Amino acid sequence: MAASPIGDYQPGTTVLHRLPVGAKLSGLVVLSVLAVVFRGVPTTSGLLALALVLAFVARVRLGRAVRALRGVLIGLVLLSAYQTWQRGPEHAFVVVGALVAMVLLATVFTTTTSAEQMIDAVTRWLEPFRRFGVSPELVALAFSLTIRSIPLTLEIAAETRDAARARGLERNPRALLTPLVIRVVAHARATGDALHARGLGDD
Amino acid sequence: MSRIQLERVVVTAPTPGGPAPEVTILRETSLELTEQRIALIGPNGSGKSTLARLVNGLVEPTAGRVVVDGLDVARKGRDVRRRVGFVFTDPSAQLVMPTVLEDVALSLRHRVRGREARSEAARTVLAGYGLAELADRSVHTLSGGQRQLLAIAGVLATDPAILVADEPTTLLDLRNARRIGDLLLGLPQQLVLATHDLDLAQRCDRALLIDDGAVVADGAPAEVVAHYRALAVTPQDT
Repeated sequence: MAASPIGDYQPGTTVLHRLPVGAKLSGLVVLSVLAVVFRGVPTTSGLLALALVLAFVARVRLGRAVRALRGVLIGLVLLSAYQTWQRGPEHAFVVVGALVAMVLLATVFTTTTSAEQMIDAVTRWLEPFRRFGVSPELVALAFSLTIRSIPLTLEIAAETRDAARARGLERNPRALLTPLVIRVVAHARATGDALHARGLGDD
Repeated sequence: MSRIQLERVVVTAPTPGGPAPEVTILRETSLELTEQRIALIGPNGSGKSTLARLVNGLVEPTAGRVVVDGLDVARKGRDVRRRVGFVFTDPSAQLVMPTVLEDVALSLRHRVRGREARSEAARTVLAGYGLAELADRSVHTLSGGQRQLLAIAGVLATDPAILVADEPTTLLDLRNARRIGDLLLGLPQQLVLATHDLDLAQRCDRALLIDDGAVVADGAPAEVVAHYRALAVTPQDT
């Protein structure tokens, strides 16, 4: 199974599990802004240290954290090489280190926050917009489904890659991308049907 | 028992990649389904799934109307869907939440207010299907049989009067297919079951054989299954 840990909740009773969704999400946003505004070695080092501490506090399994990073590994390697070539190793550390820290922090967030909690929180936040025709429940459900779709899309991508490889087409972008897009869209339609069949989204 | 009526229903679809003529998926069909367990059998592409999907509005008729307990599916879709549960062939498409507990809790959002109460109710539902120990598991890690069982539990949590199941055992091994089949046939709800499992179909109260978009046999399951077997060995025009 090629499922990414981002999107998978890990039940627990740690302080991060008990923290309100809003506080966790605000923290994530603030740290992302800090990483951009105060770009530098101290900030990136601090973010990395904080991410590791929070992952430890949340009891994120090591394998889960490694899998999260493995999902973006190719991008990180390419980015690191490009930044080192263009602006030196220090800048590469600042940029790539911050990205690694944010992936870990996002993993901590999704590991300690259930989809139900997210739906409830988003529904609560959007309640004032109901008067303007917004359906908070529907937006919250879409938000949750988006998170859920990450591991599913990766799973479909892995199956598509295996299928292309089995036909000796692993280097053919069409053999990889076309079925991937078709299957993701088909899955989105099937999910829509499933929600429709359960009477969700009728409100 | 509920009453499902199809009144001169026709379903067509546009020809892929081209203008008219449209493809007829279901020819003009009129039916009244009042038995508790109704099997829909027939070859692949015959129109079984379309007929099943008409019952809760997943497919809308091009002509005619579908009425469930007096409610027109086209006009009262929301009310009909609250009465009619639907189980898909592939449970992966049906399970939309990350964990087992959350998926059942999602079904309960209309009926149970408050997250704690909903979680508790979802645990009770899971216990009823022998899935309690899987509550906190990711739906990714379930076996095919467990996924289908969870999909059924998620639908039945909404307490539907009718359950429509579209080939629910097709992707399962023999043991799990038997287990799911037994579960479905033992439900108190009215069951409309599209299936290739002829043993399962024979255990229903009524069977309909659908071929090339038309109901070609309707009656006692043993007779309809025999008709289907005869049809299967008849050479087809190519």
